[in-house]
Amino acid sequence: MPEQLVFAMEVFLNGLMAGVLYALVALGFVLIFKASGIFNYAQGVMALFSAMTLVGIMKGQVPFAHVINAIFGTDVHYFGWTVPALLAIILTVAVMVLFAWAVQKYIFRHLVGQEPIILFMATIGLAYFLEGVGDLMWNSEIKKLDVGLPQGINEAIDNYTFNIFDYGFFIDNLDIVATLIAALLVGGLVIFSQYSKEGRAMRAVADDHQAALSVGVSLNFIWIMVWSVAGFVALVAGIMWGTKSGVQFSLSLIALKALPVLMLGGFTSIPGAIVGGLIIGVGEKLFEFAIGPMVGGATENWFAYVLALIFLVFRPQGLFGEKIIERV
Amino acid sequence: MKMKLPAMALSALMIASPVMADLVFPSLSYRTGPYAAGGIPFADGYADYFTMLNARDGGIGGVEARVLECETGYNTEKGVECYESTKGEGALVYQPLSTGITYQLIPKATADGIAIHSMGYGRTSAANGKVFSNVFNYPANYWNGASGAVNYLMSQGDISGKKVALVYHNSAYGKEPIRTLEELSAKHGYDLTLIPVDHPGQEQKSQWLQIRREKPDYVIMYGWGVMNQVAVQEAANIRFNMENFIGIWWSGSENDVLPAGDKANGYKALTFHGVGSDFPVFADIQKHVVDTGSAAGAGDQIGTVLYNRGLYAAMLAAEAVKTAQEIHGVADINPAQMRDGMEALEITEEKMAGLGLPGFGPSFKVSCENHGGPGLVGMTQWDAAAKTWSLVSDFSESDMDVIQPLIDADSMAYAAENKIEAGC
Amino acid sequence: MFYREAGDFKTSYTDDNQTFPIKFDRYRYYVVLAVAFGIIPFLINDYWANAFLLPFLIYSIAAIGLNILTGYCGQVSLGTGGFMAVGAYACYKLMTAFPDVNIFFHVIAAGGVTAIVCTAFGLPSLRIKGFYLAVATLAAQFFLVWLFNKVSWFYNYSASGQINAPERTVFGVPVTGANTEAWATYLFCLVFLAISAIIARNLTRGMQGRKWMAIRDMDIAAEIIGVNPMRAKLSAFAVSGFFIGISGALFFAVYLGAVEVGEVFGIQKSFLVLFMIIIGGLGSIFGSFAGAAFLVLLPVALKLVGVDLLGWPTDIVAHIQLIIVGALIIIFLIAEPHGIAQLWRVAKEKLRLWPFPH
Repeated sequence: MPEQLVFAMEVFLNGLMAGVLYALVALGFVLIFKASGIFNYAQGVMALFSAMTLVGIMKGQVPFAHVINAIFGTDVHYFGWTVPALLAIILTVAVMVLFAWAVQKYIFRHLVGQEPIILFMATIGLAYFLEGVGDLMWNSEIKKLDVGLPQGINEAIDNYTFNIFDYGFFIDNLDIVATLIAALLVGGLVIFSQYSKEGRAMRAVADDHQAALSVGVSLNFIWIMVWSVAGFVALVAGIMWGTKSGVQFSLSLIALKALPVLMLGGFTSIPGAIVGGLIIGVGEKLFEFAIGPMVGGATENWFAYVLALIFLVFRPQGLFGEKIIERV
Repeated sequence: MKMKLPAMALSALMIASPVMADLVFPSLSYRTGPYAAGGIPFADGYADYFTMLNARDGGIGGVEARVLECETGYNTEKGVECYESTKGEGALVYQPLSTGITYQLIPKATADGIAIHSMGYGRTSAANGKVFSNVFNYPANYWNGASGAVNYLMSQGDISGKKVALVYHNSAYGKEPIRTLEELSAKHGYDLTLIPVDHPGQEQKSQWLQIRREKPDYVIMYGWGVMNQVAVQEAANIRFNMENFIGIWWSGSENDVLPAGDKANGYKALTFHGVGSDFPVFADIQKHVVDTGSAAGAGDQIGTVLYNRGLYAAMLAAEAVKTAQEIHGVADINPAQMRDGMEALEITEEKMAGLGLPGFGPSFKVSCENHGGPGLVGMTQWDAAAKTWSLVSDFSESDMDVIQPLIDADSMAYAAENKIEAGC
Repeated sequence: MFYREAGDFKTSYTDDNQTFPIKFDRYRYYVVLAVAFGIIPFLINDYWANAFLLPFLIYSIAAIGLNILTGYCGQVSLGTGGFMAVGAYACYKLMTAFPDVNIFFHVIAAGGVTAIVCTAFGLPSLRIKGFYLAVATLAAQFFLVWLFNKVSWFYNYSASGQINAPERTVFGVPVTGANTEAWATYLFCLVFLAISAIIARNLTRGMQGRKWMAIRDMDIAAEIIGVNPMRAKLSAFAVSGFFIGISGALFFAVYLGAVEVGEVFGIQKSFLVLFMIIIGGLGSIFGSFAGAAFLVLLPVALKLVGVDLLGWPTDIVAHIQLIIVGALIIIFLIAEPHGIAQLWRVAKEKLRLWPFPH
């Protein structure tokens, strides 16, 4: 087999893996958009905030230590205990549920029925707010996140492919775990929305708020639930990316990676987010591999958008979008 | 328990009364935003050194130093605001701490007659003092760094025919070393591969797969922010030999290697100042600053690479003040005198030892023509088990034969574009 | 009492159609102009110019541009940063290629170049809309930034990759470069802002503006009554690009003087200008000013209060500043979803009836 083709296969596989991570971020957007029509700009900051909270709880950091020290002249930083990863994750989820409740109670309940762009703007305000609170609460250092996920090259795949192609493929263990977790998450979400009472209520709300209200579904409860689930998805994404780079401000920028995925897959489709993620992941990696060297590289940022754009021009309803929705 | 914030508010109101003579050092810090983790230790080090001088020696030459901190968040526009709001206070020298803000301030500060010290960043060709009268970038710049890395590799073995990859932040900053490395590759006969990473650099799989395929012998990195942590992690993932992975000084702090854990062991980074807290001056800082509760930060940054860099910058500024005081015979110097002091600055071994910083940085001398010093750079290496950086080479010369023509060409182009008469 | 139509008789169609039909409004407008042109230039210093006024003037132009596209024509765009970069780089190339031509014309020409680029990137709007279009315009944002960073022709092959504005003068007074006076830069930007605002105001009041609004409110209905959607949308992109290009050119040449594309014209800029028009009020020229003022003044004001007045540590102030800005945006939207301009409108309605509200 020609060498370039083997390389391309490796790039393809890695693109798939990267795509899963993009899809994970996009999923958070889709959930909230589907249920409430809110384009949640704060999703990236939520990933950052939840990952910061997780690390903070694990290390036993005192929240708002910096402010406390500044006001009272004390010198507190740590409680002096550490919390095991699993417990810390559960506690973080609790924090995110609390956050969801607060968001619903103090912001979006007052904005019901507003235009989408106003809701979008509110989430931007929320993103600013959360960013400030996160930094004040847990300080702005780069934090190492280790919840025990494996990382590094997968030996088995390396050896196996080396025997076949004479070139060992590089697949990151973390990516494999991410793929598995994403699959579980999506599976779980599908089962939840198809077979549980709350899940069906959620779909009903997504279809038609008024009708759902009239049959006795509590919109308030559903929206809190959706925001909680999105918070959980943000946490998972935060853990995956945070393990790689440490938990730091840039985590909030991963939202930008999810936007072309959303365009491609549609804002309302969970399978769209997954497939869109895979297409974007593979597309940008292969483009960088094949065309990148000719134009000087670092094409990934814009190529994802251009790919999605070209696709949309020919198929405005997106991958899985229903035919007549507000796109033209 | 003392109420610090309200007390501060009160004292700030009282300060509004006329102030005595003082030496003002604005610190355009970035304790927030995407690069906060790098900005905090630098700002702490810069402020702590002056606090220590005030407490220990009663200031510099008998005049108190005052650090005016202004938060930029690494944002150019906020940097402009900070400059305008602090320059009226008699600011002596600016540390813009961001390449964007430096470019911004070069014409402005030159017109206002205030000096800029962009230490290890900013406009590289500002080393040509004939064109850039008020800008200083001693002791080393990006091109010195690139050359220093190549020199270091050559000291490790023959480099001709070897493959060197440059992984760089795809911005003006990251592209700085390319010309130098290309010239050097022609001179020394190594192959250079350029691998850009787009901002912010959270996702670098493509780049590291390419490195894995092409198997370069050495990788040099000009990274910034999250790009550093991800690159170190990915390098570890593809099992690239960390010994052969060299970062510029902005890719060589504790922040950059800690997230990767033990796998980052052996990673190298260039530097132009000492590492660790094994210097007598830190005892003074502990005694006069930390123990009295007047440290700028939480006190947990002392001895980190970037803290030392801030401290080094403050030390150079303080020494320039002393030089200026000697030249002009006044203690309360003005910005123009400060500039003269910086231009006449000479750092020697004895001087550093006298300051409690023996061997902390290279010896160098600034002149009217050369605002960049001789460009001596050293190499540090990370020990993951001990969590410390250590200097593994002396501060040694970079290849000025290659760099000087580049500096001249770029600065003359700037001079022509802006109709500046060459001075000196 | 003063603010009412009654008693203000119009005797010609021209009078009837003027921009400010109410006498009070008209005089207020003249007073604002007189203060802006006649008084502020004598009071201004470097700090006020660079910290508040220049960014306010320049962002206002950008906000007017985006408001035409988003507020009047309903096409949400997140490519503003990229389009401003086009203006900046076009201006730089023109300034260095034709040093003898007056900078005034360079800025106008930069606007023209941006209008063309913006129209080209507006083509997808014929097929997609809403948030999909917003995300699609991000393609322009990322691609343009990448392009200006990659192709060294745009920065005249300089080793640093930055562009620097050389000194240029208007009537012998430098407006770019190092030796500018605060009043000169201020007036230069103000002239552009005044002209832009007048053009925008009249465009949106006329047939073109009505076509845009028809497209915004319901594109199918607009098509049926004879509005050509392609022309309307693309013309909105072109006009908007023209203003945004001017603001980008001024931002680079007059305000900053040196620019690196990724840092200054990144995605943050696109969002910032969008925030301005949403907070200020979509579909309102006044809203563009109000939004720009709000987002330029508020952070600096908070900083002044926190750091200079209260003496708190700068990082805590910066974080609290984020929290306050975020909270204010939310509170604002809950209290008045249609922005500051709506508050203004409500106030005017009240004024009409004052002092006898019933």
